[in-house]
This record gives sequence, C-alpha cells and structure tokens, in this order.
Amino acid sequence: MSAQNDTPETSGETVKLLIDGVEIPAREGQTILEAAADAGIYVPRLCYREGLPPGGHCRICTVKVNGRPTSACTFPASEGLVLENNTDELNTMRRQVVEMLFVEGNHVCPSCEASGDCELQALGYRLGMIAPQYPYQNTTRELDASHPDVMLDRNRCVLCGRCARASRELDGKSVFGFEGRGIGKRIAVNASHGLAGTDIDAADEAVAACPTGCLLVKRQANLIPVGKRTYDKTPIGTDVEA
Amino acid sequence: MAKPRLATGHFTGCFGCHMSFLDIDERILELVELVDFDKSPINDKKRFDQPVDIGIVEGGVSNDENAEILRDFRKNCKILIAMGSCAITGGVPALRNTMPLKECLEEAFLNGPTIGEGDGLIPNDPDLPVLLDKVYPCQEFVKIDYILPGCPPSADTLWAALTALLSGEEPSLPYELVKYD
Repeated sequence: MSAQNDTPETSGETVKLLIDGVEIPAREGQTILEAAADAGIYVPRLCYREGLPPGGHCRICTVKVNGRPTSACTFPASEGLVLENNTDELNTMRRQVVEMLFVEGNHVCPSCEASGDCELQALGYRLGMIAPQYPYQNTTRELDASHPDVMLDRNRCVLCGRCARASRELDGKSVFGFEGRGIGKRIAVNASHGLAGTDIDAADEAVAACPTGCLLVKRQANLIPVGKRTYDKTPIGTDVEA
Repeated sequence: MAKPRLATGHFTGCFGCHMSFLDIDERILELVELVDFDKSPINDKKRFDQPVDIGIVEGGVSNDENAEILRDFRKNCKILIAMGSCAITGGVPALRNTMPLKECLEEAFLNGPTIGEGDGLIPNDPDLPVLLDKVYPCQEFVKIDYILPGCPPSADTLWAALTALLSGEEPSLPYELVKYD
C-alpha cells in the first residue's frame, strides 16, 4: 500500500518511552505522536491527520527526542527514548510557528466560514496566541471559485498538504499538489483551468482534510451558531486527552 | 483618592467594539463608580487635558488622523489597550491591503458601477484625512500594553480585563473569552 511508504515500519513489539517524565508504552516503530495519543497525551499538530501518511511539514509537533528537536509525527518510537513535549520552550516555539502562519497568509477570522472549526485558530487559542507578534505580510494569493461546489482560497492555505495526501491516498484522485519553493510555494490543482477542471467532489476526503478555511464546500457556511462550533468551548486536543 | 480615568478611542472600524462595551448592560453603573470617563465617543470629550490611567482603542490605522490620535493616546495613557480585530490586525478594512490604494480610490470614486460617465471625482479636500498606503494594526504604530481579541470582544471579555486592571491585577482570560472572531 502506498500509504505506508512514508510510514515507519511497525514491528509491534512493546517498548517504553519517557515523555515529560511519564513512562508510556508504545509499539516499536509507531510514531511518537501516535504513541503519545494512545497514552492520552496530546502533541500539538497541524499537518498531521489521522488516517493519512505523515507530512512532517509544519513543525508544530516538534518535540525533543533525547534533547534534539524532531517532528513527532515522523519519528519512530524505540526503547528508552526520552521525550520533552509540554514544555514552555516547545509551546512558545509552536506558538511562534502559528503566529508566522497567521501573518504569512491572509487569515480573516472574523469573516471566515471555518472560524470556530479551524485547527490553525484553535492552535492559536490552545498555545496562548492573543495576536501575532510579527508584522502582516499582506501577500497576494489566488482564489479559485471555478468549481460549482468547492472553493479554494489560497489566502487561508497553510501549506500543510493534507488535501494533497488525502486526495492521493483516500480519494485516489491526486487533485492537489505543491508547486514552487520557499515563500512562493503554493497549493496547485491538477488541471489547466482551475478546480472546475478536476474531478473533485464536495464529499471528498481532500475537502474534509483541510484544517482551515482554504478548501470550503459552497453553500454550507455558518450553519452552526457561534458557541456550538468545534473549538468554541473546548480546546483542540481535548479529545486526545480524554 | 481620585478615581482612575478611562479614555476610549475609535479609528478605522465599525464601532462594534464600543457597542460590545455598552453590552456590559447594568454593569456600566458599577463602572462609573470605578472610573471617571475621559476622552471618549461615549461622553464626546474631544481632547486630552490630563493624564489618563487606562486608554482603550478600537479600529486600525488607515489615515494620518488615526495615526495622530493613536500617538496622542499613547502619550496620555499609562496603560493602552487595543480591542478587537481591526485594532489588532487591521480587520475587515485591511482587506484593501492586498491591492494598491490608487486602485481602491479609482474603483470607489471613478469606475464604480453606480458612478455615471465622467461624474467621478476622487475627494481631495484639505480637511479630509490623508489615507495611508495600507490599514495598519495599532501595535505597528505605538507600544500596546494589552490586547483584547475578538470581532468584537464580548462584553464579558472587556469587563473581565477592565475590572482586573482596575483592581491592580494582571488580566487573565478563560478559554471561552479569547476569540479571534
């Protein structure tokens, strides 16, 4: 299965990890992020999505493995690893990454359809961002509203690549991919005339995989009242910790 | 002992944060026991004439008048609070930041669908504030001491922060009161 190409091999043997001083069991080769989640410990993450191969793009899930910063979504568990996760240093770094994502794109929470259900916003709340400390870049990003049911607004893209992975692995369509490098990197669609030229469907996993308001199903906005949205009352990660 | 003085200011925004402030309802009676209002749209006092303990500003900075008054707030307020998305990020007015100011003015006053052929005129009266190239967050102009996010921040958020500051405590907001929308 191609989904497992990027995923470390799991031997299935039980090993022990030490995470913030607490010993937890893990299956050897399972990622640290998943092992922590199985033990009820939340490692903040953005480009990781359960059921998809890990991307390792966003660095929100950075933990220290034996003192070295590493992405928890890609690092395999092995016997005796000593991990730091919920520390001031790492949470500050994670918050700064979230702040950089906020100022790099054009994330208009007050008028965004995904507000309240947005993982980027929820990470800001959880990690203590009151407002980004960096100057806004006011970048010009392309909007693609050509498709009758799905809208792609790159202003709100965080380049997590979840849509690309979900489209390839789960929908079997490969509608999305990255193009460009560095600050010019963008999400591209696999058609010459925009999203309307692809075979994407509003019910595709690729659309559901978007953590922000970048990929939206048309005519579905603001159906849930403020106060009842996913992260209105409970922080992101609460489900993992439950 | 004299009561602490409170000023509020409004720049480029919709006045919704001030509306939310009034949404503290009957607690405003408690507030007037706690503070004396100084320069504010609520009492229409126009200028600072003495030092103020707490200043709260709403809206982003889109023109030279906003910038001047914001600097005036900084100069006269011991504690300066930015409230709401426009003050913090530029908000909805900052949607113009991704296009040149000239294009915005031409679309609004020369080429808009409701403007007749040859009827357009870009306002240039010397009394009008001069627009800046972009709409800026307050913290890109002056030092801001506290930020209250929200569009608008709820009355409970404003009340929690204000009463904490007035009793000499550091404001600490529970999860439900910190919102970017």
